[in-house]
Amino acid sequence: MSGATAGPADGPWRRCARRLRARPGAVAAAALLALIAAAAVLVPMLSPFDFATPSWTEIFRAPALRGGHLFGTDSLGRDLLVRVMWGCRISLLVGIAASLISVVIGAAWGAVAGFVGGRVDGTLMRIVDVLYTVPFIPFVIVLEVLFGRHFLMVFIAIGAVSWLDIARIVRGQTLSIREHEYIDAARALGVRTGAMIWRHVLPNLGGLVAVYATLAIPGIILFEALLSFLGLGVHAPLASLGSLVAEGANEMQANPYLLVIPATFLAAIILCLNRLGDALRDALDPRHEQGRHD
Amino acid sequence: MTEAREPLLQLRSLGVRFGRDGRELRPVDGVDLELRERECLGVVGESGSGKTQLLLALLGLSPPGARLSGSIRYRGEELVAAPRARLEAIRGRRIAIVFQDPLGALNPFLTIGTQLTEGARRHLGLGRRAARARAAALLATVQIDAPAERLRSYPHELSGGMRQRVLIAMALMCDPEILLLDEPTTALDVTVQAQVLELLRGLRERSGVASVFVTHDLGALASMADRIAVMYAGRLIELAPAAALYAAPLHPYTAGLLRSLPRLDVPPPARLPSIPGQPPDLAGLPAGCAFAPRCPLAHERCGTVPALRAVAGARALACHFTGTATQVDAAWSPP
Repeated sequence: MSGATAGPADGPWRRCARRLRARPGAVAAAALLALIAAAAVLVPMLSPFDFATPSWTEIFRAPALRGGHLFGTDSLGRDLLVRVMWGCRISLLVGIAASLISVVIGAAWGAVAGFVGGRVDGTLMRIVDVLYTVPFIPFVIVLEVLFGRHFLMVFIAIGAVSWLDIARIVRGQTLSIREHEYIDAARALGVRTGAMIWRHVLPNLGGLVAVYATLAIPGIILFEALLSFLGLGVHAPLASLGSLVAEGANEMQANPYLLVIPATFLAAIILCLNRLGDALRDALDPRHEQGRHD
Repeated sequence: MTEAREPLLQLRSLGVRFGRDGRELRPVDGVDLELRERECLGVVGESGSGKTQLLLALLGLSPPGARLSGSIRYRGEELVAAPRARLEAIRGRRIAIVFQDPLGALNPFLTIGTQLTEGARRHLGLGRRAARARAAALLATVQIDAPAERLRSYPHELSGGMRQRVLIAMALMCDPEILLLDEPTTALDVTVQAQVLELLRGLRERSGVASVFVTHDLGALASMADRIAVMYAGRLIELAPAAALYAAPLHPYTAGLLRSLPRLDVPPPARLPSIPGQPPDLAGLPAGCAFAPRCPLAHERCGTVPALRAVAGARALACHFTGTATQVDAAWSPP
């Protein structure tokens, strides 16, 4: 009964946020991520250079504080700082958008399958099983061939495939939520199935889905980097961190900074997101509060 | 036993079965009961006697795989095999339930206000504001302080007794005609139990809502119920007006249950008597009367299932023994 004295509205979400703030690692990761995101938005707006225009007089300038090119220039004389920031924009955007797509599809699919059960469950999950057998990279290549090489294709292709995991996880969790007595209690109030999933199942899945989505973003960013590395992702002159790493890899003996700088940003973003996901998982784990009542 | 007015609820040989032939369980087996207007009907039995399954069947909420037989009539309308939409319209609106475990029955992720208003917004078509006003009024009715603020609380911020009051308020939101109480005091400690019982008594006097009060606690029923039905192994074995049942139980099982209650008017024995043996296992019931293995009056005739028969004083009994309450009581006393 420790909570009886707490003020009103100490909800599960607030509690989670409080516990998240109590972790220095999580706060640092979130701060660094925010910094990178802010730089990714602001630097290309403020810089005199743009990501696309070549400059034949400035090829392969090494990183230097003077001369305007902080991170140096690439093989076409384009400012690497602006290109890396554009790369961060694209990578974060792809990661967040694709994981949103996959969370929405996956959570809806899994919650309906788990909650309704029976034949509906069987059908929905067999579809997931079949989609699991589709090989990923050939699938993306076929999509691009069919619908053209559009930037949006990357989001759709990644999102459309990565929801499968979420659907399975959410279904499993829904099966256990369904057995709670408050579901019976809500039924006894005459709440209908749709409202039941929306109000009683989805909020309880929130924590799990938030954790999964945070941990899925780095995977998706890496996957986008792989696609770009293979030439299937974003297309020149636009850059993602993946395509910058690919370009840099060609020059890594003569001009290692072209590889090191984008790779560092990629690693930092992924590290921060993983850290944040782990902390989120711990903060949402109810067993953590049993030991110490904070 | 007949009444001019139609009973609110009428059960005719209601059965709930699980499993297939050969390994079939019948938690509720041929129950005939009726609930009258404004009446509080107590249902007593040990764990596994089918009390809770009976309530769930009334709401059409039997667990998956359960098969219902017989008939449940609500104001003459058949509920067994009624369309799902019709059951959803009745549930929570006409027939509401208060569950046993107040923590389990509240969703930990939603505020009290959200959960209280859910049913009323759907059944009564109230807007958010009107529903919250009604919820606050009901919280005040169930004696919760600062009801408007409590609407914003989460279940874990309330004490056990308060949660049970919230559940009662939730059941009352749509002003139902029948309140089903599934051991509403079992999960509470004794002083809170007394408060909740007091609250239920007051509600009943004011609103006249009919109720089915399921419990294993005969003491809790004494001050609540008009009539009491005793269940054993899924069957109804005795039905009597409450006062008559306490004064003169006719079924040996009822007599045994009453004997095992501590009493204030006689000095307590060194050891409270109990009924020997275990509550029956539904999977291996004896062929005849299910209570026979534990019954001090067991006889050869108990190899057949006794039918429920009417007894003088608006009572009903399912026992082959035809003697008086005194004889039944005497059978329990050690020789």
